[in-house]
Amino acid sequence: MQLTGTKQIRKLQFGEIFFRNGLALSALALGIILLAIFITILVASIPSIKAIGISFFYGKTWNPVENDFGGLPFLIGTLITSLLALIISIPFSIAVGLFLGEYFTKGFLSVFFKNIIELLAAIPSVIYGFVGMFVLVPFVRDLETSLNVPPYGVGIFTASIILSIMVIPYSVSLIRQVIMLVPSSYKEAAYSLGATRYEVIKNVILPYTRSGIFAGILLSLGRALGETMAVTMLIGNSQIIPKSIFAPSNTMASVIANEFTEATGDVYLSALVEMGLFLFVVTTIINVIGRQIIKRFSIN
Amino acid sequence: MSLDDKLSNVSQSTDMERGILIRKYKNIFLKSLVIFLTVVVTLPLLLVLFYIFKRGISAISWSFLMNLPKPVGETGGGIFNALIGSAIIIGIAAVIAIPFGVSIGVYLSEFRKTKLAYWTLLSVDVLQGIPSIVIGIVIYLWIVKTMGSFSALSGSIALTLMMLPSIIKSTEETLKLIPDTLKEASLSLGVPYYRTILKVILPAGISGILSGVILGIARIAGETAPLLFTAFGNPFTNTNILKPMASLPLVIFNYAISPYDEWHELAWGAAFILIVFILLLNTLTKLAEKKWKVQF
Repeated sequence: MQLTGTKQIRKLQFGEIFFRNGLALSALALGIILLAIFITILVASIPSIKAIGISFFYGKTWNPVENDFGGLPFLIGTLITSLLALIISIPFSIAVGLFLGEYFTKGFLSVFFKNIIELLAAIPSVIYGFVGMFVLVPFVRDLETSLNVPPYGVGIFTASIILSIMVIPYSVSLIRQVIMLVPSSYKEAAYSLGATRYEVIKNVILPYTRSGIFAGILLSLGRALGETMAVTMLIGNSQIIPKSIFAPSNTMASVIANEFTEATGDVYLSALVEMGLFLFVVTTIINVIGRQIIKRFSIN
Repeated sequence: MSLDDKLSNVSQSTDMERGILIRKYKNIFLKSLVIFLTVVVTLPLLLVLFYIFKRGISAISWSFLMNLPKPVGETGGGIFNALIGSAIIIGIAAVIAIPFGVSIGVYLSEFRKTKLAYWTLLSVDVLQGIPSIVIGIVIYLWIVKTMGSFSALSGSIALTLMMLPSIIKSTEETLKLIPDTLKEASLSLGVPYYRTILKVILPAGISGILSGVILGIARIAGETAPLLFTAFGNPFTNTNILKPMASLPLVIFNYAISPYDEWHELAWGAAFILIVFILLLNTLTKLAEKKWKVQF
């Protein structure tokens, strides 16, 4: 009797240790996978780093046939597309953040628009690109004709508009959260002095949430830099440095999407992987900084 | 009081009234602006849904669902291969990601203060931020290159990585809300720790975990970029997971950028099915949250 008792306990203890270690192991595995991802793309980029070196960042021509791998056109394309998308999206993100976080925090309108924003985030990138090709491109083409610029239809401008729609949900959810974190005593103090809601927003809410709003915009920049499908379908895929915001261009992500499966030769493939490495490093840094700001903000 | 004093009083009060009026107008203006911009944000969603439904419904028919795509020039092809492919690729990804993600989530909520938990949480954030195309490159290098062929399995693994953050986060956040007293009550009755977790804590938080899983599936159902160099696509029906396989988002992409009207028609139909599937999953999440809400 005694013996079976201890045996059972031992069995239990074994299960216990097995379970706890299993949990810790799965957590550890995630970190290892992430590290392996980084090491893999770093190692696969080495042939390109050796062969091209620093000219990867300032070389103006991308001609794989001639072994020219200058990434500057795509670096510029990526930056302009993402920044333009951010500029378009910021007023909307802050407005929706105020709408959901200050004006209508409860009730039907709040639930309704919260669901709308969630659905905007749920629509896949490829669908945005597809609808953009058949709805937005003809519209932009008409606009370009009336502005007397070459009417490509596709290009940086078109891609940025779609991109701005796609990043709005990410910044809105953060901006809404930080606006709701403003202590109500601060707002009430201002109201009791006779401030209007406009003055409370301008003098209390926005200054208080400045760092949080910045973090929200930073995180949506991280999204925009790596966004692939919609941009690939709408940016026009040109290998030269864009002359205007209506010109076709290419982002780093869209070059990878277009050329990866057709890349022949080690340096070519490696150069594309190096672009992936660059995207990985930049988005990771942006993400970590953004999350850190948010964390500090919520503790305050 | 002289007349002059009276006059200056009057002008002062109108000055003040005008000031109040301006402040009021500014207040109204900001509110209208906020409402206007918020309403504008809903327009793209309505436009996307409108076009997908309008062009998509006419493309849908029984033969569209049950047939293979036809070559250019012939009308009436279908997307059967992509439907089967998507189901297999998503299914395998979910089977791998759910137990893995839930156990990481349990670890994060149970051992909150450890160093490992800190680094794991950071890893989850970083993983969530990695561009999907980079995940595609990595899985290509890991699996496609070593096995020598594009395969559905490699696509599933890429999607597993895309799905993990949402499962981990929702598990962790739900379990955090469950009061310690529940766990302590179970432990004080002599229930072993692992049974407490599996039979008391996890069932109590099932709604949040389930909604995280469904949202994760909705997210990967439309992911295209990580499949470009992994599952690759296939014009025929294939159920061998070690071979290239078609999937809905790949079909939409490939047909959308083609110059043929018949193929655009197929893409609209496929987009309609994908959108309906995603909307359905989102509604399901809402229902799951309502039905088994964590209440303490």
